[in-house]
Amino acid sequence: MSSALSSPAWLQSLRQTARDRLESDGLPGRRDEAWKYTDVGRLEVMAYPLAERPGSPDLTAAPASGERTQLILVNGFLHSAPAQLPAGVSLTRLQDAQEVPALLGRLLPEQGKSFATMNSALFEDGLVLQIEAHTDLEHPIELISLGQADGPPVAFHPRLLLVMGKGARATLVERHAGQGQYFSNSVAELLLAEDSCLSHYVLQDEAMTAVHLALTALRQDRGSRYQAVLVQTGGRLSRHEMLPFLEGEGASFSIEGAYVARDQQHIDNTTFVVHRAPGCQSQQVFKGVLAEASRGVFQGSVLVERTAQKTNAHQLSKALLLSDRAEMDAKPELEIYADDVKCGHGATIGDIDENALFYLRARGIDDKTARQLLINAFVAEVVESIADDSVRAAFLAALAQHLSHLEATA
Amino acid sequence: MLEIKNLQATIDGKEILKGIDLVIPDGEVHAIMGPNGSGKSTLSYVLAGRDGYQVTGGSAHYRGQDLLALNTEERARLGVFLAFQYPVEIPGVTGINFLKTAVNAVRRSRGESELDAMQFLKLARKKAKELGVGEEMLRRAVNTGFSGGEKKRYEALQMALLEPSLLILDETDSGLDIDALKVVSEGVVALRSPKRAMLVITHYQRILDYIIPDRVHVLAGGKIVQSGSKELAQELERTGYAQFTGQAA
Ligand SMILES: Nc1ncnc2c1ncn2[C@@H]1O[C@H](COP(=O)(O)OP(=O)(O)OP(=O)(O)O)[C@@H](O)[C@H]1O
Ligand SMILES: [Mg+2]
Repeated sequence: MSSALSSPAWLQSLRQTARDRLESDGLPGRRDEAWKYTDVGRLEVMAYPLAERPGSPDLTAAPASGERTQLILVNGFLHSAPAQLPAGVSLTRLQDAQEVPALLGRLLPEQGKSFATMNSALFEDGLVLQIEAHTDLEHPIELISLGQADGPPVAFHPRLLLVMGKGARATLVERHAGQGQYFSNSVAELLLAEDSCLSHYVLQDEAMTAVHLALTALRQDRGSRYQAVLVQTGGRLSRHEMLPFLEGEGASFSIEGAYVARDQQHIDNTTFVVHRAPGCQSQQVFKGVLAEASRGVFQGSVLVERTAQKTNAHQLSKALLLSDRAEMDAKPELEIYADDVKCGHGATIGDIDENALFYLRARGIDDKTARQLLINAFVAEVVESIADDSVRAAFLAALAQHLSHLEATA
Repeated sequence: MLEIKNLQATIDGKEILKGIDLVIPDGEVHAIMGPNGSGKSTLSYVLAGRDGYQVTGGSAHYRGQDLLALNTEERARLGVFLAFQYPVEIPGVTGINFLKTAVNAVRRSRGESELDAMQFLKLARKKAKELGVGEEMLRRAVNTGFSGGEKKRYEALQMALLEPSLLILDETDSGLDIDALKVVSEGVVALRSPKRAMLVITHYQRILDYIIPDRVHVLAGGKIVQSGSKELAQELERTGYAQFTGQAA
């Protein structure tokens, strides 16, 4: 471990515990219910060596920061952060923290096989972002994780802990990109104190040769609001897992996901929403376009505990299959122990709407353009929810770029 | 001129059009009336080139071109416009984007220059205003959540923007309130010219008070069973279709 020598004792012991657990429990595989459709435990990527601190990273994939507070990780190492952070925001690396930050790791599964355990054992520059109570950030904080494997393949494990104080408001943008063969296994823990409000926009646009796993775990206190837009376009195999715990009364959680896959790409969106407090809301909508021999997975579980009366929980998965070889596995699940709740779920898997196609063509629009319009509209709707103009434009551009490949290969 | 000869068509092997003969010279408006299920919409779809309708006999030519040999978008670019009886909702595609794409596709095919965003917006706003289509409707997704009447106005707006030469109106009057019927009809009448031909499918005489037809045809059981002057429409309103359904069966 390159940073082990300089690590504080608490971190060394945290890593040791994780290493021991990894050794005894191993990684999840197809036999584990939650990983039935996305079997990665036995992929050769698990043997990729840990990335070294890159000498002179190539930052062309990183967008201009504009007015955003931009943090850049390269292969899991913190490469750059602004000298001056906005008022009310602080950034620490975990290895520089003399004490264990409260709640670090608390939201992660404590037993059994887990890639989060692997992350805890192996992360390099874990980041802790704190946003003080009642801070209202005007511009987004942007965390960019770049994978760089110009030579042999590498593995890395980005790690983030975001702590939002009471009534704080912020936008967090996460972008994952890179080049070469690499395995990125990231973990983000988000803590939303009372009445805080977080918009979280994630663009997974990894190299098409990469494997990407991500877990976002969050705890929401009373009255907090979380709104996410998650776009997945990259990686030969990717899985984004959301694990929100609605702990305080009246908290609301919403995620809208869009994904585009082609060739042999495999994209998995998994959510496990836990309703523990009364009067909370959770909304999930995932929309995907699957071309060629690609595969999409949606696993959405909602658990409503007995204490969570007046829960309002909905989930919806819609997939557009553009080829006979494409495949979609959708498994929405509700587990409800409270009696006064409104819950709903649905999943559709379909083709392009022939009536809509005919309507467009009857106005002189050629078949190819008409299809493109319909496919774009299907996924772009999700991105329209992004409030920040430049972020929305960047996400739309990434979607458009991947959608244009579908055209070229159709 | 539209020339339809002995046109026969099936859906899923079921015979719907059983030999339609119809000629509409440029400059003329013909109305088609007829009982529910007699094949009026089917005829309009066959002319527009919808998949799933098999032409099993006969022909349809427009301005000397074999319509049936062209695909849907080629027919639209030739000037064929079908105002749908049931316009399709297209979530996620904004009106402006759709209308601009359509207008420029048609302009390109006519060898005209494409309109840029500003030029198009100006034109769309003007036509929308004339037809009582709110600006807000242009920003919304195509037909999505529109009321029945709003959808019909939106069809008329598309017609006004695309300036087709063969207009097929499939019950464009159904769902319009009395004032909207007047506005939309005036929009259609404004397009009337010696170069344009129109086919107005309707159940009601009222629209024909505005768009006065040169000929009225009765379609029953997949065939045109009677043709006459505009007075035929008034007569049908009194007598109904019993005489024809008996005859066609
Ligand atoms: N997709 C389809 N599959 C099977 N039958 C169909 C289909 N579409 C239409 N038909 C049948 O074809 C016949 C003609 O329908 P069409 O819609 O052309 O009637 P129409 O004259 O337009 O009636 P209306 O006045 O009610 O609009 C009807 O019997 C209808 O049920
Ligand atoms: Mg009809």
